[in-house]
Amino acid sequence: MLQSFLEVLLLPVVQSMIWILVVAVSVILSVAFAVYWERKLIGWMQLRKGPNRVGSIFGFWPGVFQAFADVLKLLIKEVIVPARANKVLFGIAPIIALVPALATWAVVPLSPDLVISDIDAGLLYVLALTSMGVYGVIIAGWAANSKYAFLGAMRSAAQIVAYEIAMGFALVGVLMAAGSLNLGEIVRAQQGGALAWNWFWLLPLTIVYIISGVAETNRAPFDVAEGESEIVAGFHVEYSGIAFALFFLAEYANMLLISALTAVFFFGGWLSPFDGYLSPDNILAKPGFPWLGLKISLFMFLYFWLRATFPRYRYDQIMRLGWKVLIPVTLVWIAVEGVMAWFGVGPWRA
Amino acid sequence: MFVMILFYAFSAVLIAAALAVITTRNPVYSALCLVLAFFTSAAIWLLIEVEFLALVLVLVYVGAVMVLFLFVVMMLDVEVEQARGGFTRYAWLGWLTALVVILELVGVYASHRFGADAGAVPAPTPEGYSNTHELGTLLYTDYVYAFELAAVLLLVAIVAAIALTMRKRAGLKVQDIAKQVAVRREDRVRLVKMDAEKRG
Repeated sequence: MLQSFLEVLLLPVVQSMIWILVVAVSVILSVAFAVYWERKLIGWMQLRKGPNRVGSIFGFWPGVFQAFADVLKLLIKEVIVPARANKVLFGIAPIIALVPALATWAVVPLSPDLVISDIDAGLLYVLALTSMGVYGVIIAGWAANSKYAFLGAMRSAAQIVAYEIAMGFALVGVLMAAGSLNLGEIVRAQQGGALAWNWFWLLPLTIVYIISGVAETNRAPFDVAEGESEIVAGFHVEYSGIAFALFFLAEYANMLLISALTAVFFFGGWLSPFDGYLSPDNILAKPGFPWLGLKISLFMFLYFWLRATFPRYRYDQIMRLGWKVLIPVTLVWIAVEGVMAWFGVGPWRA
Repeated sequence: MFVMILFYAFSAVLIAAALAVITTRNPVYSALCLVLAFFTSAAIWLLIEVEFLALVLVLVYVGAVMVLFLFVVMMLDVEVEQARGGFTRYAWLGWLTALVVILELVGVYASHRFGADAGAVPAPTPEGYSNTHELGTLLYTDYVYAFELAAVLLLVAIVAAIALTMRKRAGLKVQDIAKQVAVRREDRVRLVKMDAEKRG
């Protein structure tokens, strides 16, 4: 009895737990370095040095442990709950914001044979979970009992709901091209070098996806939900200490996730760009995690670059871009894709 | 057995959440409990291997419909005391609805088509079976007309909703983006060149 209990119940649970822990810890560590990298990059772009005080590795990368120092500082700071705030919801909002950002990693194929859960409806799972992220923002904004926070939450929710549609439609094009909802299959369908990846034939959808990805994560130039100049810090204005750190973590985990998904959907995931151009024995032509990591880093760089370059969008322009530009573009390109598939142009399955 | 434990755990959460929807005083809590109820029912659907329906339930109801619900509920700022006032007055309506639902459920379970002894537990689907694939095949072949009709109906509903709510008010300040983009420097900036003057 005990034996079967251990085998049937405990083993799968413990196994899943370990995987979840591995992925969560790697994502959190990546976030720590992404923050350092962002501050450094934006520093260079603005002719500053960026963080250069906390630690270095053999004299290189001054300030590399800045993010860890910041986390430590936030950990020991007091968490202030505003008077007349809804304490329960105020407490769980950061958790609700973080969970979908971590849980979605379960279906992201990291290398040809490494994916935590290889489910058939992976793309739907991604859409379903990313659509949950908005709850953390809304609940935080409402529970804080502050006008600034509530305004930020409203802005963010309207923005996320609007751009989710464009994002979903862009992914319809991807699943038409791959003929599958499984993320691993989507990557495998793009085999054959950089020009066989989806971005080439789905260029408008790729651009729409990247733009809506930036908008979905509430990053500059779409960060009206935080808009310091108008609403102080938006939905997390009342949060302090570790509760704020969780929101911060959720934002960066979401950026990493969107970067990974862009790579998987449009840029061949773990496939090598030289596949088919070099001989298969060449190490540069082999698929694997390093390619995915490189692509994720590139898209993260794009995020930081955008932030250092563009001023914040005006709110009505954000709405106009989402509803009147991006959604029609995706609809037209899905129709174009249908015609191309009908006439056998491009790498479409019959 | 693992699945059974999961099923009972999810069912307990689902029933508790559904009860909380109608018993909590705070409408925001009600809406959030409804979200939880949708989410757990999606989890239960996953247990019977209908992943497409489960994920679409989360995507549509949790991700879109309930967000808008929550929007409205938060904006309305319903008075909690006022909401309590109508409880006894409308209680009979609630009981009546509950009675009808119970009768319907009894009817379903008593019928020999859907009853408890109508059929064995459905066998688990073989490996490689894709619920999404099967649904797509059926929808676009056997039921294509019904599917298209539903799509047209939704489109009509969207157009009608926009037509009903769009009002043109006089004196509204509207920005024409095309005009804003088309503005040239000469339209806005005038450089005035003048000689330096002696201070008088």
